[in-house]
Amino acid sequence: MVKESLEIKNGVCIPRSAIPHLPAQRFFETLAAVCSRKGKIVQYFAYEESGCCRLLAVLRTDRLIVLECDAPGEFPSLTRHDAKFNLFEREIAEQFGIVPVGHPWLKSVRFHKNDAGKPDVFDQNYQADIPGNYPYYSIQGDNIHEVGVGPVHAGVIEPGHFRFSCIGERVLHLEIQLGYQHRGVEQLLLQTPAKRWPIIIEGIAGDSAMANSICFSRAVEALMAIEPDRGRQQAKCLALELERLCNHIGDLGALSGDVAFLPPASYFGRIRGEFLNMLLLLSGNRFGKGLIRPGSILSGGLREKLGAIQKKCDGLKKEIQHISELLFNAASVLSRFEETGVVSRQCAGELGLVGVAGRASGLNYDVRAAFPTGYYESHPIEPQVQSAGDVYARARVRLEEIMQSLDMIAAMEPDALSGQRKPAVLDGLLPSSFVVALTEGWRGELAHCVLTDETGKLVRYKVKDPSFHNWSGLAQALRGEEISDFPLCNKSFNLSYCGFDL
Amino acid sequence: MIKTLLTRLEQGNKTSAYPKKPVTLIEEYRGLPEIKQDCADNLVQLCSENCPQDAIDPVAKRVDLGKCVFCGACEQLSEGRFVHFTNNHELGVSDRQQLLVDSAVQRLSILADNRIKKLFGRSLQLRQVSAGGCNACEADVNVLGTPFFDLARFGIQFVASPRHADGMLVTGPVTVNMKTALLKTYEAIPEPKLVIATGACAISGGPFFNSPQSLDGVASLIPVDLFIPGCPPHPLTTLHALLQFLGKI
Repeated sequence: MVKESLEIKNGVCIPRSAIPHLPAQRFFETLAAVCSRKGKIVQYFAYEESGCCRLLAVLRTDRLIVLECDAPGEFPSLTRHDAKFNLFEREIAEQFGIVPVGHPWLKSVRFHKNDAGKPDVFDQNYQADIPGNYPYYSIQGDNIHEVGVGPVHAGVIEPGHFRFSCIGERVLHLEIQLGYQHRGVEQLLLQTPAKRWPIIIEGIAGDSAMANSICFSRAVEALMAIEPDRGRQQAKCLALELERLCNHIGDLGALSGDVAFLPPASYFGRIRGEFLNMLLLLSGNRFGKGLIRPGSILSGGLREKLGAIQKKCDGLKKEIQHISELLFNAASVLSRFEETGVVSRQCAGELGLVGVAGRASGLNYDVRAAFPTGYYESHPIEPQVQSAGDVYARARVRLEEIMQSLDMIAAMEPDALSGQRKPAVLDGLLPSSFVVALTEGWRGELAHCVLTDETGKLVRYKVKDPSFHNWSGLAQALRGEEISDFPLCNKSFNLSYCGFDL
Repeated sequence: MIKTLLTRLEQGNKTSAYPKKPVTLIEEYRGLPEIKQDCADNLVQLCSENCPQDAIDPVAKRVDLGKCVFCGACEQLSEGRFVHFTNNHELGVSDRQQLLVDSAVQRLSILADNRIKKLFGRSLQLRQVSAGGCNACEADVNVLGTPFFDLARFGIQFVASPRHADGMLVTGPVTVNMKTALLKTYEAIPEPKLVIATGACAISGGPFFNSPQSLDGVASLIPVDLFIPGCPPHPLTTLHALLQFLGKI
């Protein structure tokens, strides 16, 4: 009797032969059963090898489990009973032409032809230009109107289309269409020489360059049997926490701007720059690009750099505390933040929200605590959870995490750090192997899943950005809200368009 | 209110004195590279083969900064004997060909067009279009609005509509899915208008070059007046390029 699933460890590679290969029906039954008992999806995708298509899923309960099956031409959709499967099933349909029968809202995810040469599931014309050009969910009635925003937005921001169905000022329904930034990352990784991979990975989402390159390095190191030393682990943690600080501080500033409280908006905007300059010191690039590679940290003089960074962080901590007090104690701010854009705990659980948005709605999950690797194994962190699920809660989680990251950096010992100037050669991945690497990026759970064939070549490189889960959360948060609160709710989530689009 | 005022006093004025006072970025920053023509051929060949962006011409010993993402791999491989990245942040050019650097003493500069200086020198309103960027360029353009750089003091602003704009600042490789939106935005900007390609993606496709989903740069669709290399370009690079383009420095 084939066991239903195999427990795996974050960032540890296993032979593909060990993955339980189930009959299709049992595969879907197991997925449905695990997810109905509070299990969540980490990865769920199709891949093709030698003309054969398979479905693979990585789920999390209090452990990570993996299972796969041969992909049928079509399969019964699980979305109707469990909303967590929504985008995953649509992505499978879009990428490999496999139809999830009975999917309640089968539309494209990123608007591109499928890679498998199969007929297009959505019957769309890819010669036409605009991803947003198809029937949106519409509500009938007098006084109902639709507002369409994007892809080119008013501010300096990534492209996406938002279609609101409103009655007066109140939003009844928001439908989000992305795909404008689809660059074909997953295909590119399979078709380009290894020297391009680190650069492509860092470009998936520039503001999460550290999180993505940490996942990539972890996966490739596992596939090359390279054990990262303690010094490199610490340097990666430093880079990741600095990235978290940059973005959380930027977000608090942006939220202040959105409620027209300009002092903290200006101050946080400037302070974010200070943290970007720390990444610049570490890596020569304000986003840390070029720093983390499999087998190495490309930076010299790390001990002195850590000392300088710790000193700077220490000086900024007091400023951040004062500015946050100003922001979080202002009655006008609280009246905008509180009870706006609420996502209940139940809704968040049903959608499988991760990261800041999930924790703000009471879901106690942080990869650094649940599946720690590297520095986090020896220095565990406490997930920062709120319960209200509103803009205030999402802002509060960010503030707590800012303080937590600052404390973490302050406690780092310079002696342990090590870096070097020469990258390892990306050659000779273990054949017929599988690995999934998870990191808690500043938005949430990021997962890279890699499969190699019998010659060690890549069969599939699957990237799942935390935004893949959380965009549904934003759509829910807007229901019943005033449309003028959309920018505020959007910024409180601050999701990645390009991380979603790949 | 008292708290607001006290915090304001604590924060003080943080606006950079640039360009009145020159600014020097830290050594770690990878800016304009020096190319050493006397480097051994086989070392240049090695750098060229390992450049993830195929930005190095091994025969001419030349680096295309429009393709370069400034990752530093060539500097590491050659230990600085072929390419050495200086901390010179002045990288903007109006002529794409100028981005092909092959010497140790090259300086990049923009010849300020008198017509542009007259039309936009005192007020330049820009529309930003993200045509598939990774958000790093967007973030480092956004930061120009924050107090340290304070773009508005030069009369340069980002506006909410192409109808209000004098020009377009584009980031991203121009994905297939953004092509129409980009062209429509360009058409909506009244003449006379400018196009600024910011970042490696907008100049050549960046990390996504040769992807079937990428159009590999803005210039493949519309004429570009200013190229700002980097991945992403440092805000000072963008600021310097804009100021020099407008004839302010």
